[in-house]
Amino acid sequence: MELTGAEILWESLLREGVEVVFGIPGGASIPIFDAMLKYPIHHVLTRHEQGAAHMADGYARASGKVGVAMATSGPGATNLVTGIATAMMDSSPVVFITGQVHSYLIGGDAFQETDVTGITLPITKHNYLITRADQIAQAVCEAFYIARTGRPGPVLIDICKDAQIEKAEFVYPDKIELPGYRPPRTAPAHLLKKAAEMIYQARRPVILAGHGVLISHASEEVQKLARKTQTPVAMTLLGLGSMPASDPLSLGMMGMHGEAYCNLAVQNSDLIIALGMRFDDRVTGNLKTYAPHAKKIHIEIDPSEVHKNVVVDLPLLGDLKTVLNDLLTYIEENQHPEWMAQIEEWRSESDSRNILYWPDDGKLYTAHIIRSIWEITGGDALVATGVGQHQMWAAQYYSFERPYRFITSGGTGTMGFGVPSGLGAWFANRQEDVWVIDGDGSFQMTQAELSTIVQEGANVKIAIMNNHFLGMVRQWQEFFYDSRYAGTPLTGPNFVKIAEAHGIPGRRVTTRAEIKPALEFAKQTPGPVLLDFFVEKEEAVYPMVPAGADLHNMIRRPVWQSQGTA
Amino acid sequence: MQHTMIALVENKPGVLNRVASLFRRRNFNIDSLNVGQTEKPEISRMTIVVDSDSADARKVEANLYKLVNVIDVQDVTGQPAVTRDLALIKVKANLDQRAEIANLASIFRGRIVDVAAESVIVEITGTEDKIDSLTELLRPFGIIEMVRTGQVAMMRGSLAPVRHLPGAGSNGHHHEEFVN
Repeated sequence: MELTGAEILWESLLREGVEVVFGIPGGASIPIFDAMLKYPIHHVLTRHEQGAAHMADGYARASGKVGVAMATSGPGATNLVTGIATAMMDSSPVVFITGQVHSYLIGGDAFQETDVTGITLPITKHNYLITRADQIAQAVCEAFYIARTGRPGPVLIDICKDAQIEKAEFVYPDKIELPGYRPPRTAPAHLLKKAAEMIYQARRPVILAGHGVLISHASEEVQKLARKTQTPVAMTLLGLGSMPASDPLSLGMMGMHGEAYCNLAVQNSDLIIALGMRFDDRVTGNLKTYAPHAKKIHIEIDPSEVHKNVVVDLPLLGDLKTVLNDLLTYIEENQHPEWMAQIEEWRSESDSRNILYWPDDGKLYTAHIIRSIWEITGGDALVATGVGQHQMWAAQYYSFERPYRFITSGGTGTMGFGVPSGLGAWFANRQEDVWVIDGDGSFQMTQAELSTIVQEGANVKIAIMNNHFLGMVRQWQEFFYDSRYAGTPLTGPNFVKIAEAHGIPGRRVTTRAEIKPALEFAKQTPGPVLLDFFVEKEEAVYPMVPAGADLHNMIRRPVWQSQGTA
Repeated sequence: MQHTMIALVENKPGVLNRVASLFRRRNFNIDSLNVGQTEKPEISRMTIVVDSDSADARKVEANLYKLVNVIDVQDVTGQPAVTRDLALIKVKANLDQRAEIANLASIFRGRIVDVAAESVIVEITGTEDKIDSLTELLRPFGIIEMVRTGQVAMMRGSLAPVRHLPGAGSNGHHHEEFVN
C-alpha cells in the first residue's frame, strides 16, 4: 500500500511497539506531526528538546523498551545533543527522529539546516540520513534493532521533509541485514572453565556489577554466582539494584563516593569479577594502584571496553546473562569466612561514621531526607535524579532492593536529567511511585518541564535538595581550591511559588522534624508535588576519593563526636 | 611500531567519515588511510596504517567493530602480505639531469610519466621503504611536489589474515588471540 513517508514512519513505530514519543514539532517535521494524529501513539509535548531526549531515556531505562524522541531540524535537533550524549554514555536504547530540510536543499545552508548526522556521529551508536520515503521503514527497523541489542545505545534518523511528504510502497522488513553488526553471544567452554577455576582459587574475591547487569537482565544470575561462591558484590552507580542493598553480600556503591568498606574490599581483593562495567575513572581512581593484587575477569559485550582502562587477565566476551548462565554450570560452591569477616570489620567502622545515626543538631541534612523518602516509599520507588551531591546521596541512602529503580545520568553526569527522566519513567508504568530527587542547580536546568508534568497529569513527586550552591563543585572548591567559591553560589528562586504557578502544590522544609510530615503530605496529595528542602549549605559527600587519587585514599566523614571541635 | 590493518566496510555514504571520526575521537594516530573498491561493489576496502603498540592496535580493531558499517577487520602486520604504496614525485630537472633521474627511477622500477621544460614526474610503486629511498635520492635535485596513496595490502596466496575479535572468524569468536 502506498503511504506518505510520514505515515510510513508511524506505521513502522507501531510495529516496533512504540506507545509514546516525546518531542516538539517544527517546520521540518510538520508532516510527521500531521500524520501522527491518525495513529494510536501518544505524543508528549516537551518544553525543550533536551527534556524530550531525557524523557525518552528515562522511559527506556524504566521500561526496558526503546524510547523515542522527536525534534525538528536545526536548533530542535541540536537541543537534543546533550540528551543523545547522555544516552550514549549510559548505553540507553533511544531512537531519535529529527526532521531535516528538503533533500534538494541539503548543503545550501537552508533555513534551520544543520548537519545533524555529522554532529551526532560520535555520540550515537549509529545514525541515518533519509532522503527518500522508501528508505524509512528499513531505517526504523534497523534503528530499533541496533538501539536495543548488543551494547544498547542511541540511534538517530534524520528525515528530509520531502521524504516525509512523498509516497512510497510500505513494506515493513521482516529481516535485517547488517553484515557488520554481530554482537558476541557467549564465551567458549574452555575459557568459562578457566574462569570458574580462577573463581574457585580466589580467597578474597569481589564481584563488580555494572549497568550491563541491568541491561542484560542478569541480576538473578549475578546473585546466584555471588551466593554460590559467597562473593561480595560491589556496584557501580548504574549497577545499583543488581544485588539487594539489604543482602549481606552487598557492598553498595564503589568508586569516588562509594562506601569505604566497598573500596577497601576492591583494593584488597585477589580476584575481581567485573560484570558489564567499564572501569570508569570515577570507579577506579588511580589506575596504577587499582586493585593491585587482584586477577581480573571481565565479562563484557563490547570488545572495545576490554583492556581499555584496566588490562584484565581473562576477558569473556558475550551477553552477560548468557555467559553467566554458561559459567554457573562450572561454578563450585565456596566460602570465604575470613574475607567476609574482614569486610564486616570495615563495614562496622564505616557505620560509626554514618550520618544517619547523628542526633538532630538543628541542621537539615540531605541524607536524612533521602532515608525518609526511602521509608515512606517502602524502598521501592522509581527514583530519578539530577547530577551532583544530591545524586550521590540518593545512591548512598536510597537502598535499592531491585534493579531498574534508579534513573540517573552516570557517564556524562548531565545536570537537569532528573525532572524529565523521572517524567519519562512515569510513562513506563503510571502506577509506580516516581520521585525526582534533585538539586537546586540541576532542577533549574530543565525546570520548564514542570509544565509538561502538569499537561500530562503525571504523578511525579519532586524533592529539591536546595543548598543554594552548585554543591558538588562547591565541595571540590572547599577541598581542593581553598574554599574559593567561584561561580557556585545560587540565589533563589522560590521553588514553592514556581510550583504553585504551575498548579503544583509545594512546601518548603527547613528542619529535620518537618521532613516526615512534608513527605506524608506529598504522598497523600494526588498528582505532582514539589518539596523544597533548605538543606545544610556546606555539607560534603563522603567518602570521597579525590579525582586521580588511589581508591583506598578516601576523605572520610568525621565521626560525630569530633564535630563540635572541628 | 607500524600496524597495518585492512577493514572491509559497506560502500555507503559517510562511512569514511565514520572511520575518520572514530580515529580522531579515540585519539588514534593514522600514518596512512587508503580507501578503494573491491571485487564486490557493495564493499569498500580500507588499508589503515597506525603507529602504535600492539595493545593500541587491538583497541583500533575493537573500535572499528563498533561501527555498524564495518564488516571485517584483518591485521596483516608481520604477516606474509604484499603491501604497496604509489608515489608521484615532481622533480626539478633541466635537460642535463633528465637522464640521471630516469636512470635512478628505473633502478627502483619507477618511470618518468611526464616531462616538462623544468621538471619531470616520477611514478613509483612499492613498499614504503623503497619509495622513501628513491625520495631521498631525488631530493638533491629539488622535489617540487609529491603525493603518495598510502599503503594498500593483501595477504599472499590462500593464507588467512589474523582476526582478533569476535564476529570476525568462522565460528564468530577468537578470544584466544584477544587475550594476548
